[in-house]
Formats: sequence, C-alpha cells, structure tokens
Amino acid sequence: MKKFAEGLMRGVFALCALTSILAVALICLFLFANGIPAIAQIGPFAFLLGTDWAPTNVPPSFGILPMILGSVYVTAGAILIGVPIGLLTAVFMARYCPAALYRVLKPMLSLMAGIPSIVYGFFGMVLIVPTVRSVFGGNGNSILSASILLGLMILPTITGISESAIRAVPRAYYEGAVALGATHERAIFFVELPAARSGLLAAVVLGIGRAIGETMAVIMVAGNQARMPKGILKGVRTLTANIVMEMGYAADLHREALIATGVVLFVFILLINLSCSALRRRNEA
Amino acid sequence: MKHAIQTMCACLARARQTMRSALRRMVSPALRALVLLCALATFTALVFLIGYILVRGIPHLQPSLFAWEYNSDNVSMLPAILATLEMTGLSLLICVPLGVFTAVYLVEYARRGSRLVKVIRMTAETLAGIPSIVFGLFGMLFFVTFLHWNYSVLAGAMTLSIMVLPSVMRTTEEAMIAVPDAYREASFGLGAGRLRTVFRVVLPSAMPGILAGVILAVGRIVGETAALIYTAGTVAQIPDSIFDSARTLAVHMYSLSREGLHTGEAYATAVVLLVVVLLINGLSALIARKWTKGK
Repeated sequence: MKKFAEGLMRGVFALCALTSILAVALICLFLFANGIPAIAQIGPFAFLLGTDWAPTNVPPSFGILPMILGSVYVTAGAILIGVPIGLLTAVFMARYCPAALYRVLKPMLSLMAGIPSIVYGFFGMVLIVPTVRSVFGGNGNSILSASILLGLMILPTITGISESAIRAVPRAYYEGAVALGATHERAIFFVELPAARSGLLAAVVLGIGRAIGETMAVIMVAGNQARMPKGILKGVRTLTANIVMEMGYAADLHREALIATGVVLFVFILLINLSCSALRRRNEA
Repeated sequence: MKHAIQTMCACLARARQTMRSALRRMVSPALRALVLLCALATFTALVFLIGYILVRGIPHLQPSLFAWEYNSDNVSMLPAILATLEMTGLSLLICVPLGVFTAVYLVEYARRGSRLVKVIRMTAETLAGIPSIVFGLFGMLFFVTFLHWNYSVLAGAMTLSIMVLPSVMRTTEEAMIAVPDAYREASFGLGAGRLRTVFRVVLPSAMPGILAGVILAVGRIVGETAALIYTAGTVAQIPDSIFDSARTLAVHMYSLSREGLHTGEAYATAVVLLVVVLLINGLSALIARKWTKGK
C-alpha cells in the first residue's frame, strides 16, 4: 500500500511537472495554427512590410509595419529613459545605500514592480499626457508619453537585475581598484560595472521584453492611431494595442490578422528571451 | 617672437593639464551626484504616483460605488470586487497545486541535470517572459473558442493560472532548496518514505517561502487586465457561476477610464487596487522577513 502511494504520487508530481511543457506547446500550436494561415493569405511581405492598416476598407489592407515601428519606437524611448536611471539606481542600491535605508527602499522597488499596469496607465493618462501636452504641445497622446511611462514601468526590472549583477562582482575587484588609488566612484564605474556587463545587458534585454509586451498602460497614453509614426509628439499604435483595440469586433480575416499580430509579437518575445537566457548562461559560465 | 610663442605654448599645455586634472577630479563627484539623483528620481516617482492617486482618488470613494447591483448610474465596483475574489480563488486553486507539485518533482524526485528537468526549466522560463496579451490571445483561442467555455471566469482563471505558474514554481523551488538536507536525512533515518518526508518535513519548513510567492501571485492576478478582457469578458454583474462572464477590478477600471465619463470612479477604483497591492506586498515582505529571521 505504502509503495503504491509512493509510486502514484511520484507519477502525479511528474505529470504536474509536464504542465509547463504542455502549456508552451499549446500556446505555440494555437497561436501559429490560427495566425500563420492569415499571414500566408495576406502575403508575408504585404503583412509585415505593408504600411496601411485598413481592415474595414474594401478591399481591406493588412499591413502591420506601422505597429511594428510603433512598438520599436516606444520601446526604444522606454530604454533610453529607463536604462540610465534604472542602472544608476541599481548602483545606488548595491554600493551607496545605507543598510537602514535599504530595508525601506528594497520593498518599495518590489511594490513598484507590483503596481498593476492599468494603474500605471491611468496615472499616465491623468498626469503624463496633460503634462506632455502643455510642455511640448501636440495632444499629449504620443510616443513621448508612452516612452516616459514605460521607462518608469521597467525601472524595477532593470534595477533588480542590475543590482544582483553588480553584487555578484567579487569584492576583490573593488578592493584592488581602491588599493590602486581609485575613488569609490571610479572603482564602481570603471571596474565593477564592466565586470558585470553581461548581467547588466541581461537586465536591459529583459526590460526590452517588458516594454514591448506591455499593453494596457500603452493603450491609455499612446493615442493608438494605426498609421506610420510621424514624430515623437504624435500618436502611435503598438502591436499589443492593435490586438486589444480591435479584437472585440473583428471577424474572419481581420480577426486572424490580429492573431497573426500576436504571433509576430510572440516571435519577438521568444527571440528576446533566447538572447536573455544565452546572456545568463554566459554569465554563469 | 619665437620665444613668446614657445612660452605661450607651454602656458597652454600647462593650462590644459590643470584643466584635465580638474576634470578628472570632477568625475567622481559628478558620478556620485548622478547616482544619487537617479535613485532620488526613481523613488520620488513611485511615492509621487502613489500619493497622487490616493490624494485624488480617496474623495471619490463614495458608498454608491459599493452598491450591490451594478448599473450605469452608480458604476458600482462591488460586483467587480467579488468577481476578483472568485477569479483569484479559482486561479490559485489551479496553479498552486500545479506549481508546488512541479517544484516537488524538480527538487525531490528528478535527477539533477536530466534532460526533462532542463526542458521543464526552459519552458517555465519561456512562460515567464510571455506578455499577458499573448496569454489572453491563447486563452481566447483555446479555452473560449476551442473548448467552448465562452467568456467565463473559468477561462480567465485557467489563463491566469498558466501565466503565474512559473513564479509559483520558482518561489516554491527556492524555498524547498533552502530546507537543509539534514531534515530530509533525519526523516529518512526515522523510517519515513520519500512521500511522507516531502509532505511532513520539507513542505512545512518551506511553507513561509511558498506563501510569500503565492501572495505575490495574487498580486499579479488582481492587477491583470490584458489577459482577461478576451477570456473572462467584461460583464459588470456578479457572476452566478464560474461559467459566467465577469470583469475583475482591473478590467473594470480599464472600462471606466476608456469611456472617459467616469474618471472620478476610475480614480476610486485605482485607490482600491493600489491599497490591495500595498497590502499584498506588505504581507509578502512580512512573511519573507519572519522566515529569514527564524532561521
């Protein structure tokens, strides 16, 4: 009896362990099976490089280049804002912060990571958009607003991973640099940070993944016009926004084209994840 | 003339050198200032965000927002709160056993470094990186359409379970690995089998770590929007069963703020969400701290 229970539970544990494999397989299967036919029907080039997204026109046009560029611009903006600030905050957390303050600030960072994206989006809508409108002109719903908001949202990710990368640098590096006459700052910025660079790069890559996949917050501040991006103060639509905006009423090829948009996003994310785990592996080696 | 030029050159060179060393001496203070400035910016932004929403939102918390029935006049959030509770409970019911059992398998049963373990880890890592809208799409295609569950709490909860599975799994794994091997050896030495050891010794000692991870998962479930719009739908009434469509608090907030008519109510919803997240984070941190202190 006891032996039977042991064997049974072992099987149950193993089965549960297979769920994540099953989930990934199903996700790939269903996304690709529903998205690839649409891409084939529209034509891969017309789909990926077409500059017109007009699903309700006759004949309809399904080019997602505006959304791809929208995602790329917004993400680039977020990286431009979030990486320097996040990295330097990580330096502060790892090498400057007094222990008493650290006990307060560290939970604040995880709180920042825990705030729902819809709340960030709302904050962007009621504060960042009007501010951008009054300072820079335009109507405020713009690449700039989305970049600022996403830059803020990826801060905890970038800070968290960078901090552990900096902490992983052997103490001897710092001591060696200081012994050679370097100041605290020089030892950190010219010795420790270069030594931690693959971890820092992983932080940036993960930040890119977060920014490109973010949906709700972007929808609320980016304007969502499905046309080629015209400038930093003009509105754009990202890949993620495209799905949420139109999925509610889309049918037939339009619906499949939206799923295909999801496939493109998914492939982007897979590539980013792959490079991230490659970086991590190099880090460990 | 020639002499004058030479003197001038020498002067210039010396000036340049002093400039350069001055610059060099400036580097460190400048870097330090930058570091402090950026850290200040990060935490100011966070405090400002929370403060802004609380200050603007708390006056909008009116009793009518918590009316039992939702209608377009009172835009009550009570049904959404109940739906959120139901969604959270159901998701946990699915993902906690799965996540914990997976971790048990990885830590206690599987051979370290076997190919299966590598594949499981890789897929879990992949799941952790997938954006919520892709989970939403998948949930719509698989649970809602393929399995004919329609927009329902169940479809939403299944989608969310897959989404938070990797984090439950990883925190459980870390907590179990942290249990000293001596505990296991003692248990085996007293004649307990592997199963009894897992349930009576390892899991209880790892419980605070598991709990902290589960609480964080609750936070993600409560805050999720994109994965739910096209799986659980946006019906604003209290769901009769898990096969009914319902909107959680986050989805409710999205609907309110998108319509643009109920900004005040959206503020109030944001306050409730923020308070929930604050409580969840506080609780998780408290448990984690107790745990590390206990050891």
